[in-house]
Amino acid sequence: MQLVIVDTGCANISSVYFAFKRLGVEATISRDATIIKAAAKVILPGVGTAHNAMAQLQHNELIDTLQSLQQPLLGICLGMQMLTSHSMEGDVPCLNLIPGDVQPMQSAGLRLPHMGWNTLHSISSHPLLKGFSSSDYVYFVHSFAVAPSLHSLALCNYGSDFAAVIGKDNVAGAQFHPERSGKTGARLLQNFLEWQL
Amino acid sequence: MLAKRLIPCLDVRDGKVVKGVQFRNHEIIGDIVPLAQRYAEAGADELVFYDITASSDGRVVDKSWVRRIAEVIDIPFCVAGGIKSVIDAGKILEMGADKVSVNSPALARPELISELNHIFGQQCVVVGIDSFFDVASGQYQVYQFTGDESRTQKTRWLTRDWVAEVQARGAGEIVLNCMNQDGVRQGYDIAQLKSIRDVCKVPLIASGGAGTMEHFSQVFQQADVDGALAASVFHKAIIEIAALKTKLIADGISIRP
Repeated sequence: MQLVIVDTGCANISSVYFAFKRLGVEATISRDATIIKAAAKVILPGVGTAHNAMAQLQHNELIDTLQSLQQPLLGICLGMQMLTSHSMEGDVPCLNLIPGDVQPMQSAGLRLPHMGWNTLHSISSHPLLKGFSSSDYVYFVHSFAVAPSLHSLALCNYGSDFAAVIGKDNVAGAQFHPERSGKTGARLLQNFLEWQL
Repeated sequence: MLAKRLIPCLDVRDGKVVKGVQFRNHEIIGDIVPLAQRYAEAGADELVFYDITASSDGRVVDKSWVRRIAEVIDIPFCVAGGIKSVIDAGKILEMGADKVSVNSPALARPELISELNHIFGQQCVVVGIDSFFDVASGQYQVYQFTGDESRTQKTRWLTRDWVAEVQARGAGEIVLNCMNQDGVRQGYDIAQLKSIRDVCKVPLIASGGAGTMEHFSQVFQQADVDGALAASVFHKAIIEIAALKTKLIADGISIRP
């Protein structure tokens, strides 16, 4: 199976590549629209700011490509945020694949960034979350988040609830870092590899 | 609920893990990658790698070990030592590190913190602070070049002021190393950590002094730090991470089992 990691120029690409390699899958890292379109599955990684990352996609003329994909697409962290309609971080329009708005976290006085291992709740029966339970911990690092909605597949609480995993049709995203979330994170990546539309 | 983090720290010199007492007499403990892997499997929540020679030698240091760690490790890790510019940091992050930690170079040029924040985002930027309690003045003072005893020097900064400064410049996390306690295993510097906690709005990691499991319990309960970093108690197997986690959970501390 051809798995392509979109080369967003962001920092966690190697980590994501190695995480799949540990699962026995050699991914291709590319910013070439033809290669991305031909992939069986696509990963959109991201670290940094929404403004810079969207500018990078625009610069590489990948917006239309990502918006027209029919195969499974998984966004990770900032990559997940870019799947939504809009980000308040730099007030930038995003890919609009999953309705939602990225906003500063409402942490009710808890320290930001939300950095560290946290649990999930309201976990849906979506294939990506097969085997997940509310006692599993995953690793988060972020200050912006997507509010809970119809498209939330799992929530996390840090001062208030926010979407930890979102999904719609062939597109899904995780706010946490599955590539850095131990065996639990690896399970999400494995579930993505096995995900049949 | 967000878990408190246990963070083994591996001091790296010439590609090997070393450990000294109060920054001196470094002995080789082992190869980086197998040690890192062992800690990840044992339940460490995060790892920190300090290239302790880098800042003080001023030479170009081979960092290819960062990529070898990223290949095998499935928990977050941070690299410190010798990162003087956005370009240096970019190389480390590209090789797969999740965060970079800056210490002496940020003291020499505080703008470095803002630059790293702007390019890589706040979540990548950790500032390490070596703080020494000066008995004569009764003040906590920031030191630099602590990787090399002959060059270690006091800076013009009081620790409290530097903590405020680095936050204003966009640090995403602060590791406070209490030098008086380092390597002697007499407990974390609770008094100092508590006083810094009051002025630290970003995650604060305690460093220096862990000797017993009780010390970890105390630092989480009394100083409200977000993570506790330790080296020798883990390297010398004085404390097993799994046993420590069981104890901390029993003490009512939020911990990832």
